[in-house]
Amino acid sequence: MNLNDFFHMGGYAFYVWTSYGIALFVLLINVILPILQRKKILGNIARAARRSRRNTV
Amino acid sequence: MFNNFFHKMASPKYFYSISGILIPWLAACSALLFLAGLYYGLVKAPPDYQQGDSYRIMFIHVPAAWMSMFVYMVMAGAGAIGLIWRIKLAEVVAISSATIGAWFTFLALVTGSIWGKPMWGTWWVWDARLTSELILLFLYLGVIALYNAIDDKRTAARAVAILALVGVVNIPIIHYSVEWWNTLHQGPTVTKLDKPSIHLSMLVPLLLMAGAFKLYYAFVVLMRARCEVLERERNTGWVRELAEKT
Repeated sequence: MNLNDFFHMGGYAFYVWTSYGIALFVLLINVILPILQRKKILGNIARAARRSRRNTV
Repeated sequence: MFNNFFHKMASPKYFYSISGILIPWLAACSALLFLAGLYYGLVKAPPDYQQGDSYRIMFIHVPAAWMSMFVYMVMAGAGAIGLIWRIKLAEVVAISSATIGAWFTFLALVTGSIWGKPMWGTWWVWDARLTSELILLFLYLGVIALYNAIDDKRTAARAVAILALVGVVNIPIIHYSVEWWNTLHQGPTVTKLDKPSIHLSMLVPLLLMAGAFKLYYAFVVLMRARCEVLERERNTGWVRELAEKT
């Protein structure tokens, strides 16, 4: 099997690769979003903790 | 001792550290299964005698559709556990599953649509399978919207669990829709009691991909659950300590 045939997908290249592309997007976004969210939450908590310490001291 | 184990597991702090260890391993196993599934599905498996190469969409469409229902049952089950035993962690798992389940449902619908165009000649038909799967997406979106609409997270989790449990009625409808109604969507080929009518060369990549999706869900739900735990436990000492270290 050569590479051209592989990408051609027997004439269904558009449908097959669009599906796999969307799947890749969905799988990646669901990994990236929680990573960013975790950073954001920890940052917010750290900032709030610093602020409250300043106010009490 | 058994009781003690569950108590420990359900403590947010313990869950946070254990899940931190589990996530990379689950992610690695999932990635390996994905690679194997893609190799056997896109390279090794022969073209279908009727559908040519277009059937290869199945290797993501079917696992995504299975997961859309599996995740719903996990969400409803965890919701019920949260309702009955008031276990915070169950509430966290339930709401974390909702977003991922919605994405799986979206993926199943979109890839099905893209597969339908060359095979059925249409992107969409209002047949029983497609319509009940669309309702599943709306149920997920309803759960997410309801959770965000209520400020108190514990009240929100209880409301969401009830909605999720009511929505369970849709799951057998999706599963049996292809048998109860005359649908354009094909019937089951794998989950039949007699021999599955799918060739081994196609069944292997399908099962590899299904396994990959399941492990993927396992580590992604843990990632989301950790965020939710941090948010809920933000006033505790260990979370503050953790936040200031990073």
